[in-house]
Amino acid sequence: MSLHAKVPHGPISEKWTRHKFDMKLVNPANRRKHTLIVVGTGLAGASAAASLAEMGYNIKSFCIQDSPRRAHSIAAQGGINAAKNYQNDGDSVYRLFYDTVKGGDYRSREANVYRLAEVSVNIIDQCVAQGVPFAREYGGLLDNRSFGGAQVSRTFYARGQTGQQLLLGAYSALMKEVKRGGVEIFPRREMLELVVVDGHARGIVVRNLLTGKLESHAADAVILATGGYGNVFYLSTNAKACNVTAAWRAARRGAFFANPCYTQIHPTCIPVSGDYQSKLTLMSESLRNDGRIWVPKDPNEKRPPSQIPEEERHYYLEEKYPAFGNLVPRDVASRNAKEQCDNGKGVGGTGMAVYLDFREAIGRLGKDAIAARYGNLFQMYEKIVDSDPYKDPMMIFPAVHYTMGGLWVDYNLMSNLPGLHVLGEANFSDHGANRLGASALMQGLADGYFVIPYTIGNYIATEKSAHVDTDHPAFKEAETAAGERIEKLLAVRGKRTVDDFHRELGLLLWDKCGMGRNQGGLEEALRKIPEIREEYWQNVTVSGSQGTFNQTLERAGRVADFLEFAEMMVFDALQRKESCGGHFREESQTGEGEALRDDENFCYAAAWEFNGAGKEPILHKEPLEFEEVHLAQRSYK
Amino acid sequence: MAETINLTLKVWRQEGPSSKGDFEVHEATDIDTDMSFLELLDVINAGLELAGKDPIAFDHDCREGICGMCGAVINGQAHGPDTGTTLCQLHMRRFKDGSTLVIEPWRSSAFPIIKDLVVDRSSFDRIIQAGGYVSVRTGAAPEAHSVPVPKVNADKAMDAAQCIGCGACVAACPNASAMLFVGAKVSHLALLPHGQPERARRAKAMVQEMDEEGFGNCSNYYECEAACPKEISVSNIARLNREVVRARLVGG
Repeated sequence: MSLHAKVPHGPISEKWTRHKFDMKLVNPANRRKHTLIVVGTGLAGASAAASLAEMGYNIKSFCIQDSPRRAHSIAAQGGINAAKNYQNDGDSVYRLFYDTVKGGDYRSREANVYRLAEVSVNIIDQCVAQGVPFAREYGGLLDNRSFGGAQVSRTFYARGQTGQQLLLGAYSALMKEVKRGGVEIFPRREMLELVVVDGHARGIVVRNLLTGKLESHAADAVILATGGYGNVFYLSTNAKACNVTAAWRAARRGAFFANPCYTQIHPTCIPVSGDYQSKLTLMSESLRNDGRIWVPKDPNEKRPPSQIPEEERHYYLEEKYPAFGNLVPRDVASRNAKEQCDNGKGVGGTGMAVYLDFREAIGRLGKDAIAARYGNLFQMYEKIVDSDPYKDPMMIFPAVHYTMGGLWVDYNLMSNLPGLHVLGEANFSDHGANRLGASALMQGLADGYFVIPYTIGNYIATEKSAHVDTDHPAFKEAETAAGERIEKLLAVRGKRTVDDFHRELGLLLWDKCGMGRNQGGLEEALRKIPEIREEYWQNVTVSGSQGTFNQTLERAGRVADFLEFAEMMVFDALQRKESCGGHFREESQTGEGEALRDDENFCYAAAWEFNGAGKEPILHKEPLEFEEVHLAQRSYK
Repeated sequence: MAETINLTLKVWRQEGPSSKGDFEVHEATDIDTDMSFLELLDVINAGLELAGKDPIAFDHDCREGICGMCGAVINGQAHGPDTGTTLCQLHMRRFKDGSTLVIEPWRSSAFPIIKDLVVDRSSFDRIIQAGGYVSVRTGAAPEAHSVPVPKVNADKAMDAAQCIGCGACVAACPNASAMLFVGAKVSHLALLPHGQPERARRAKAMVQEMDEEGFGNCSNYYECEAACPKEISVSNIARLNREVVRARLVGG
C-alpha cells in the first residue's frame, strides 16, 4: 500500500494558505449534525475539542484522569516557541521552520513543519486573549528567552509552569463549551478499542474506570490526542497514566505507526536514586540558559563540587560546541552526558550524573534574578534531592522524556485509516528524529487550535458516509474483544506484579534501545521481549475484579500493550541503520562521535503496519523530500 | 548510603461511595528515606497485590507536583507536614523512625469518596464551567502585544493562576470551603485586561455554583493557605469578596 502524504503543491510559504482555500467546507448549519470524538484532553485534545465545538460540531471529549485539566501537558515547564520576533533578533517564520527541520535532524516532513512555524504566532495571540499569564517586561509586553537548538530568543513562558498555564487556557475554553452544550466530557474513561466500519474510524470503546463498564461511542470521525509512549521505558518523565494503549489499539486496527524508535532522552533530569523509583523528574531545559554543565577533570575526584577549583572542572559542552555551548539540542547534550559518565567522570552516588552549576550566573546576575527565573525549579530540586542548588550545583542525568514517533498522519493529520485523525505527541510528523525544546507545546496547540478545525471539515464534507450507531456489529465485536482481554488478565492469577514486569521491560529497552543502540543489542531485545510477554500472560497477578474501580487492572492492560508495542519499536530501531537525532546507532557515527545520517538510504519515515502479535510488522516508507532546507550534517559547533 | 525507617500506617479503606469505611493498619518496614510518599504506597500495594489482596486506591499522575491529582490527609494535615508540597513531592526523610501515620482521603460532602483515598472532585470542574474563563473563540484573538499588561499585575495573576485544583484547601478548611480555589481563578482573570468584560458575571456565577455544590463559607481560619501546595495567598479570597460586592454594584 502506498502512503500518500497529501502535501499541497506550490511554494512552501503558500501551501497552507492555498490548501485552506482548496479544502471543502461544512456549512455552519450542517456542523451540528456531526459528532466528533476527541480522546485526550492535553494541549492538542482540549484545544481541538474546544475549537471544533465553537464551530458547531458536537464533541464528545474523553480523558483518563478525573478532570480534563490533569493531562500531562500540564507538566511542561520551559516554554512555547513562536516566530514573533519581538526581540528584534532576526527571527522569522522561515527561521523557526529551518531550526525545527535541522533540530529534527532532517527526518520530519517539511510542509508540516512550515505550517507549524506559520501558525505559531497565532497561538500566542490566542493564549494571551484567554488570560494566560505569560511572563512580561516592565513595559507590559511579553518576555522571551532562548532555548536549546536556537540562536534567537523566541520562547514565551509562564515562570517554570508554561505547560500548566497553556493547558489551563485550553481547559478553560473546553469548560466554556461544556457550559454552552457543545462538548460533553467523559472523564475517567480509558479507550480500549477503535471501532472501524467499512474501513473508516467510526467510534471507540472505553472502559469507565469507576464502574468497569465498557461503553461504546459512535461518531463521524475520531480524533486521538493521547500523547506519547515514553512510559514503555517504565522510568520516564511522563506521568504515570501516560500509555500507548489508545494509539496501539488503533495500530492493531490498521493505523500505521511511524518512527517508533525516535524517542527523546532529555538531558536535564534528576538522577535515579533507588529501585523503588516510580518516575523521573525533569528540570526544565531553560536551566541551561544560565547553568553551566561540567564534570571533574579527574575521574577519581572525591571533593564536594564547591571545593573543586575552576581549572579542575571540565565544561565539556562549552569546549566541544563553542557556538551553542550549553544550549546544544537535547540529543547532543544527552549523549555527551552519557559519554562523560561512561568514561568514569560521572558524579553522585551512582556515578550516573553530571553537574549543572549556577555559581557563575548567581555571581553575574544576583541570587534574586536567578530565583525569579528558576525559583520553582530550584525548590522542586531541593525537595527531591535534599540539596540547595543556590549553594551546590545540581546533579542531572538524561531521562526518557518525549516520543517523536507516533501514528502516521498525512498533511491533514489523518491517519491511513480514513476518519482517524491524530494530533500532538500522538502523531509523528513535525519533530523528525529529535524535538527542540519549547516545540511540543507549540505543536499540540497548532494541531488543535489551527489545523484540525480546517482539515476535519474536508473529511466530513467529502466522505458523506452513512450514519452509524453503536448497534452496529462492529461495536459489539470491539466490546467483546476488550472484555475478553480484561477477563484473560484477571484469570492469570500469577506471582509477579504488573509493575515488576513493566520495570523489566523498561530496563531492557533503556539498555538496548535507549541513548545508544546497536545491532547486537537490538536483536537481543527482540529475543527477550517475547519471553517477557509470554511470562506476563502466565504469571502476572491482577487483584480485584472487572466491575469495580481497579487501578491494578488499568495498569495491567497498559503494560500488556507496551509489551506488544515495544517489539515494533525495536524492529524500527534495527532497520534504521543510520544515526539521526535521538536515534543513535553506534555503528553509524562520525570520527568525533556525532550522529551520522545516511540520507541516501534512510531519508524516509518508517510507517509500520501491525501484522499480528509476535510477528514482524510490515514496513511502509514515506520518502521525505527536502525542497527548501539543504540536507547537511548537523553542526552546533 | 540511604537510610531506612519503619512506620505504622493507619490507612482509610472504603469499598465504595456508600460503603462504611474503616482504618486498616499496615507495618511499613525498611522504607528508604529518599522515597516519595506515593512510592511508599506503591511498596505497600505491591505487597498487597502479591498477597492477593485489594491494594489501596489512591489518585496520582504526574508525581512532580503539578497535575493536582494526588492528595490525602496525613496526621490531620492535607498533603502532609511540609508546606508548599503535594503528596507526591513529600519525601519519607520527613518522618521519624517508628512513627505512626494516619492517612485519610479529603473529607467534604462536595468531594464524595469513590474508594479508599480517591474522591470525586468534579464539583471543581463545574465551578470553572460556571465562568472560570474568557469567552474568546479560537481565531478571534487580536495581536498579543495590542494590550500591554503591567508586569506587577501579570505577576499577581500568575501567582493566583498557579492553582492546581487539588482540593487541599477544601480538605484543610473546617467549613470545607472552596473560597481559595474560586478566589484564585476570579483573581487571576480580574487582574488581567482580557478578563474585564466578564469580570462581574464571572465572580457571581462561580460563587453561586460553589454554594450549590455544597462547599462551606470562609470564616478566616487561613488553613487553606497553609495547606495549599502552591502557597496561594488568602488575599485572593479578600479579592473574591471585593469582586462579588463590586459585581452587585456594577451589575453584569
